[in-house]
Amino acid sequence: MWDYTDQVKDHFLKPRNVGELEGANAIGETGSLNCGDALRLYLKVNENERILDASFMTFGCASAVASSSALTEIIKGMTLDEAAKLTNDDISDYLGGLPKAKMHCSVMGQSALKKAIANYRGVQILEKPGQMVCECFDVTDFEIIDAVKANGLKTTEDVTNYLKAGGGCGQCLDRIEEVIESVKAKG
Amino acid sequence: MKIVYADNNATTKVADEVIAEMLPYLGELYGNPSSMHTFGGQVGKKIQQARQRVADFINADPDEIVFTSCGTESDNAAINAAINAFPDKKHIITSNVEHPAINNLYKHLQKTKGYEVTFVPVDEKGFLDLDLLYKSMSDNTAIVSLMWANNETGVLFPIEEIAKKANEKGILFHTDAVQAAGKIPIDVKKTGVDMLSLSGHKIHAPKGIGVLYVKKGFKFSPLLIGGHQEKGRRGGTENTVSIIGLGKACELAKANLPIMDTRVRELRDYLQTQLLEKIPGSSVNGDLEQRLPSTLYIGFDAVEGESILLMLDREGICASSGSACTSGSLDPSHVLMAMKVPFKSAHGSIRFSLSHYNTKEEMDIIINTLVPVIQNLRDMSPFWKDGKMV
Repeated sequence: MWDYTDQVKDHFLKPRNVGELEGANAIGETGSLNCGDALRLYLKVNENERILDASFMTFGCASAVASSSALTEIIKGMTLDEAAKLTNDDISDYLGGLPKAKMHCSVMGQSALKKAIANYRGVQILEKPGQMVCECFDVTDFEIIDAVKANGLKTTEDVTNYLKAGGGCGQCLDRIEEVIESVKAKG
Repeated sequence: MKIVYADNNATTKVADEVIAEMLPYLGELYGNPSSMHTFGGQVGKKIQQARQRVADFINADPDEIVFTSCGTESDNAAINAAINAFPDKKHIITSNVEHPAINNLYKHLQKTKGYEVTFVPVDEKGFLDLDLLYKSMSDNTAIVSLMWANNETGVLFPIEEIAKKANEKGILFHTDAVQAAGKIPIDVKKTGVDMLSLSGHKIHAPKGIGVLYVKKGFKFSPLLIGGHQEKGRRGGTENTVSIIGLGKACELAKANLPIMDTRVRELRDYLQTQLLEKIPGSSVNGDLEQRLPSTLYIGFDAVEGESILLMLDREGICASSGSACTSGSLDPSHVLMAMKVPFKSAHGSIRFSLSHYNTKEEMDIIINTLVPVIQNLRDMSPFWKDGKMV
């Protein structure tokens, strides 16, 4: 059964701001066909770095569509500096919460936004620091450490729910466990 | 809202005739079939009749029928009996597209009991690598266990041929026939299997009842040790009501087999042809011929399965998907991955599984709903533009 809030259902069935955006001057893309979800975010930003308009195109489950739709609604009218501070929890909260196994959908929204901002400012997003842990979903140990600390994640399952890491072939599950343990050990 | 139920590989409607058969035993005829008195004994007689009906359904002897609680229990009991019968043989052969009901048991045996398990791969049509299967059979093999029909694709394995090869080499052979039963004829004598699993709720009996066929002469050891029920092969007071229901369901399934092969097959083929024709970028998963007559597993490029299912659900249409997002895992179904179905359609694969209760009108409802649903999702997808994948 669908374990979604009314807000998620509403944003899935009646998504806001779908499609390519005319006059967009920033684009952020995340995810892939292989992963099972992908989001392309379009922004129209004025000279004061204010987001005048936003739209999206998403391939994915209901919560991926809803998270994308919510993201565009939240950021419209924000400055890029304000938008840069947006977290995945803000997207999830806007939708009245997401099921645990779907938290990565909100993370995807945050990631596309970061990339769009970098795209507008002409900043290259540097090669990700840290060591690759999950090859399937391109997740490094640094990202896992950050997510574990920020969200108080305790198990490999938690990490998979947030970052997808370990949700593919599963070969890196032991490594994820080690990373979690290392965070715990350092307190 | 009218429900269009096209998820019969998940579970089926309990037939009215089955309910009618069960009701008296849910009510006033509550005796214990093992009791000495006539009141209980009459329930015992009814169970005998049910056992005979199940046996007739698969051409077995009534003594070869062991009632269990479900298909999973039957599978577990079969593997358990095999490893108990041959404690020195530490090798099991199966496929890489089996149901989780038995797959997780193998992983458990590998991890905790040091068993070597050969997961024979399938090709892109869903067919087994038979050469590898036969080469893997050795003196160390305790059992070969394979599903008869795949629950997702409906693709059939050549069970009779494989059973024959296993018999020649003196290796025990078990088949999980949970999806095959009621859809294609099953004859255990002709096929020569040693053990076979059935599940009631896939053939219009209630949930919570299963069968393990155990060929005469095999030294079977029970999984559930208890009383003398099922001739010591499965302890526990009989689930009388469900056994009686299953007996009736088997009788009906046998009578309905020709309908499966004609009317249901025609409905499935109609649905398949219409969807392929009306939705560009769609493809059927699995071989088109060696397949259950009732199953259609169809993939749509550039869209995701959960989204499709939710939109169908709004219109009362019940189907399943092989999508990661509906299963709690993040990869698409292990069956599609084993068949190397490309990601572009694997994530958007939907399974329709029919029964003889379905109608042509219902197929039209599915078609007329699905066409705009896929269009709507593609309008949103970054991988679809101007009528094709980008």
